[in-house]
Formats: sequence, structure tokens, C-alpha cells
Amino acid sequence: MKIGKARVPYLLLLPGFAFLFTFFILPILNLAQTSTQTPVKGGDTGQYEQTFAFSNYINAFVDNREQFGRSFVYATLATILALAIAYPLAYAIAFKSGKFKNILLVLVVAPFFTSFLLRTVAWKQILGEEGFIVPTLRSLHIISEQTTLTSTAFAVVAGMTYNFLPFMTLPLYASLERIDPRTIEASGDLYANGLTTFRRVTVPLSMPGVVAGTLLTFIPAAGDYVNAAILGSPNTKMIGNVIESRYFKIVDYPTAAALSFTLMAAILILVTLYIRKAGTEELV
Amino acid sequence: MATENSLSPEARSILGSRISRRAVLAGAGGLGAAGLLAACGSGGDSASSANSVRWGNWPLYLDFDSDSKTYPTLVKFTEQTGIDAKYFEDYNDNDEFFGKVQAQLKLGEDIGYDVVTPTDWMAARWLRLGYTQKFDAANVPNKVNILDSLAAPSYDPMRESSLTWQGIMSGFGWNTEKNPKGIRTLDDLFAPQNKGKIVVLTEMRDTIGVILLAQGVDLSTVTEAQFMNAVDFMAKKIADGWIRGVKGNEYAEDLTSGDATAVIGWSGDMFILASENKGKFDFAIPESGGTISGDNLMIPSTASAAGKANAEKLINYYYEPAVAAEVAAYVNYVCPVKGAQAEMEKIAPELATSEYIFPTEKTASRLHVFRSLTPTEETTWAEAFQKAQGN
Repeated sequence: MKIGKARVPYLLLLPGFAFLFTFFILPILNLAQTSTQTPVKGGDTGQYEQTFAFSNYINAFVDNREQFGRSFVYATLATILALAIAYPLAYAIAFKSGKFKNILLVLVVAPFFTSFLLRTVAWKQILGEEGFIVPTLRSLHIISEQTTLTSTAFAVVAGMTYNFLPFMTLPLYASLERIDPRTIEASGDLYANGLTTFRRVTVPLSMPGVVAGTLLTFIPAAGDYVNAAILGSPNTKMIGNVIESRYFKIVDYPTAAALSFTLMAAILILVTLYIRKAGTEELV
Repeated sequence: MATENSLSPEARSILGSRISRRAVLAGAGGLGAAGLLAACGSGGDSASSANSVRWGNWPLYLDFDSDSKTYPTLVKFTEQTGIDAKYFEDYNDNDEFFGKVQAQLKLGEDIGYDVVTPTDWMAARWLRLGYTQKFDAANVPNKVNILDSLAAPSYDPMRESSLTWQGIMSGFGWNTEKNPKGIRTLDDLFAPQNKGKIVVLTEMRDTIGVILLAQGVDLSTVTEAQFMNAVDFMAKKIADGWIRGVKGNEYAEDLTSGDATAVIGWSGDMFILASENKGKFDFAIPESGGTISGDNLMIPSTASAAGKANAEKLINYYYEPAVAAEVAAYVNYVCPVKGAQAEMEKIAPELATSEYIFPTEKTASRLHVFRSLTPTEETTWAEAFQKAQGN
């Protein structure tokens, strides 16, 4: 039997749809359902029933607005820092690295060969009392004897910046590498100096990379909890830590679900505004 | 007195020369976090066969021979009984493990274990929900070997469905270079040299228990107001920058890296840390008393008849004094089996006098058990404790 040509695209989409339905749509529906439940009266820990308590959302948000705020501040800082580090790096790899280009690219990707967790734990040692940074800074009198670097907001943001740096670097590199060198030459021919060429030609042409990179960094950073859990203190907890604790420690599934939804919605709104401003065509 | 609670110099020198239980203790933090992330991974073994038993236990909690990569007592069990014992070190957190298997327990589907090892308060929850099976008394004759002090907990007064695996003491641990006089009271703990370098346990009943005892509260009758007062005390110490973290096993890593100088910690861990760092660390039960809790061997309601019978044989085997002594010599937690001390004389006489494995009556009288909580209390108290640590 011959499959009609018109049906081929649908058949090709089928595995993807089936996967998304099972592992995205169903869990999301389940999460939505859980988020409006309340404890069974006289029931045991972890027993909830559906009462359509939409007030869960308000309570969850009001109770944890501090951690929400912190998540977005840390994620924004990490994204800006990652952009500041990754742009020159990607620029150098794309235009100035010559025969070292491939080696440099491998070095950018190399951290992925080790576990995310181990890399974060390593930061704890680097920034720890017996690492080399703290004693060096102390002997230079940059920080006092009492100041520590681990268990601080600095450590959390630094950890996130480091962990998400490749997600920023690779899209930036891809879009910088695609720039036709003749456009830059043309700019020079038209009497633009280096800075003007960079500002008027290179940056606009690399915008797709900037947009993709910032999204790939900001979105996971806002929901991240590993860096705050390993490198932070009780005063640097992010919303991911709250969700984890609600789910596993307090066994309060409805609040955990409501917080997850609120986080998703907040990220979605921010990303939509950002893409509106940056323009969707930049993503292509 | 200091010597009564601290490790004896003999114990130190012996432990120093012994092959350590876990040279990797310092890496336990990472493992803990890995477990936290792997919470969704399925544990245990889906295949239950008539001639095997599947046991889920906490990491580094059974004698292990690092040369042959086997668990000597478990190998002997298989030799004696012909039962294939499958051992899984996949308990990282009571709540997390419960979260993982709860749905199957509710539906009565096999959870992949014939023996589980939850801590007292979680054992109480399993029992309340009817997720365990009673032992067949004829299959567990060694049950009578349980220490009198552990024989009748409120959640299972006749020990019909649970037996203690190991007892855990919590108290103060410290860096002896930074705290040469040691730590016996909360005031010692919150001394200026420890500011910003104190870590306390994520286990609510241990951390708040130690604080409550210092405030003169009886843990067997603790009220919500008293509890919240102790939580406020902790929250204030966090806000004022005294406590740098509320952690699980990772506190050991912080002590070795110098990021922490004093902790509320567990006896077994501190014992190992002290031996691996030549007396740089020490542990003591607070003057006002420490807490003791236990992890319990239980058979889940979903175990098959054959699985249950094999599980009973396994539990019975570990309640033989000689076997219990062998385990205790390795894990260094409080041994719950009568007669194990006499057996310890034969294999490691220096450990037979260890207050941490075989507390004397005088020491035992200073250890307190946190009362069991109602489901409502469990939620609201846990919530307050989590909020105090920024969650």
C-alpha cells in the first residue's frame, strides 16, 4: 500500500507529538490538577483532595515572593555576566583564533564531559577556605579574615555564570562565524572605524546569537536550584529550592505545583516581552 | 566530663591505622546532591524471585570490603541460606524515598524492595498508612536481642513490624584547632570564633531537638509553641550570620575544607572524621543532652510471600550478635543488638568500650527521643523548619 504524499508530514510528526504528549502535556495536566488541591481533613501527610483552591497560587506567591525576586535577580546577573564573558570569547574564536579554532571550541564544550554536579561541587572547593582564592585575596587585604566566599550570593551567581557559559558562547559563536567578512571589509571601505564597524555591523548581525544565548542562559538559570543548594546559604535560596523543599521535605504537593506554574508563567511572560522587543526573526 | 564523651586516644590511634570505612566521606555532599537530582530514577529491582531478597538501605551503612567490592556479612548470609541478597544503597533522604515509592504502595504494586530502612518518624508514617507487613515471629527468633531501650517505640510498641538497624546519636562536632576547649553547650557552639562557620543538620528532629534540650524542653512532650520558639532561635542565628548552612552529610565536607568549624552532627560521621584527620575533629553529647533516633528494617506491604520470608531471614540474621558486631565495627553507629558487645571483644576489643557503639547506661540516659508527631504537626512543623532555612 502506498501512503498518500499528503500524510507523510503528519506521520513524521507523530513520534514527536506522542513523546510531547506523554512526557509534557500529561505531566503538566497532572501538575495543574495538583496545584488546586487541599489536604484531606484528618488525612495523613501527603494526602490531598481536589477542592479547586485557586487561593493556593496567591498564598504560594505571597509566601515566597522573596525567593522569586532573588531567582530573577540572580538569573539576570548571571545572564549579563555570561554575555560579557562569552561575547569577546566567541568573537575571538570566530575571527581571531586561526588554526586554534577547533581546539578552542572543544575547550568551550569540554566541561560538558563532566557532571554538572561535580563541576558545581568543584567550585565549592575553589572558593573554599582551603582553596587558593580566599588566602590570596586575604593576603592582598582585598577581603577580611572573617569574609568567606562560599555560602554567599557571589558564589551562587558565579556558579550559575560558569555553568551556563557554554549555552551563551555556542550560539554567539555560531552567529558571529556566519557573518560574511566582506560586510566588515565593506564597512571599512566606507570609512567606518573599528568601533563603528563593530557597533553598526558586527553587533546587529550577531543579534540572533545574543537572543538565543541569553534565553538559553536565563531560562534554566531562573529555575536552577543546584547552585543555590551547593554554593549558597539559607539567605540565598532560590525558588527552585523552595519547590524542592515543598515537594520532598514538607510533602506539600499543591504548593510545589502552584509555585512551578507561577514560575513557568513568569518566565513565559518575560521571554515573550523580550522576544517582542528583540524581534522573533532574530531567533532564526 | 570531656573524656567521657570524646573519643579516647586509644580509639583514635586504632581508627587511624584501620582501613577507613569511607575515604570518600568528604565527597558525600556531592553524592547527596546527586541523589537529590536522581530522585525520579527508579530504584530497587523490578524482578522479585523466590530465592532472593531486595534491600534498600542508606549509603555506607553496611560493612564493605573495598578490595573485593563485596559486603562480607551479606556474602555470608547468602552462603548460609542460599538466598541471593540484592543490596541497594539508594536511600538518600526519608521524604525522597517515600515520594518515590508512595504511588506504588498505594496501588499495591511491587516497589522493588523486600526490606526498607526508614528512620523512626518515617517508619511511623509507613505503619500508620498500613504500608508494612508484620513479621512472622517464628521466623525472627533473634528479635529478643533488641536492646531494651529500643524494644517498645510508640509507633510499634511490640516491635511486630520493625527492628532497629542502627541507632544515630546527634550532638556537637567541632574542629579542635578552632575550639580547643571543645563544645558542650549552645553558648560554646555560638562562640565568636565560630561565627559564620556553623552548620546544622537538615534532619529537623536532630537540630531542633538539640536546641530544645538546651532550652530545657522535654522532647517526649514538646509542644508546638516550644518547637516554634526553638525554630525562631535557629532562624535568628541564620539571619544574624552565625549559621552558614543547614545540611545533610555535606557538613563533613565543610568541616574538612575549613568552611565550618562547629556543627550539630551525627556520631558515626564525626567518629570517622576524627580518625581520618588525626584528632582534628571531635564529638560530644551536649551537656543538656543529645538526640537518638534509629533507622528501621521493615517489610513493605508489597513484598511477595517468598520475598517476605526471605526478608525475615535476613533481618533475623542481622540480629545475631556476631553479625551485628561485624557491622558495627564498620559503621560506628549505635549497635541495637544485645550480646554484640561481647562479640566485639573478639573481633575489635578496642571498639567494645566505645561509647558511640555501645553507650553505657549513663550515656544512654543523656540521649533523648523526639516524640512522634501527628500528620498535621508533621506538615506545619516541617514547614516552619524549612522556612527558617530560607525555603
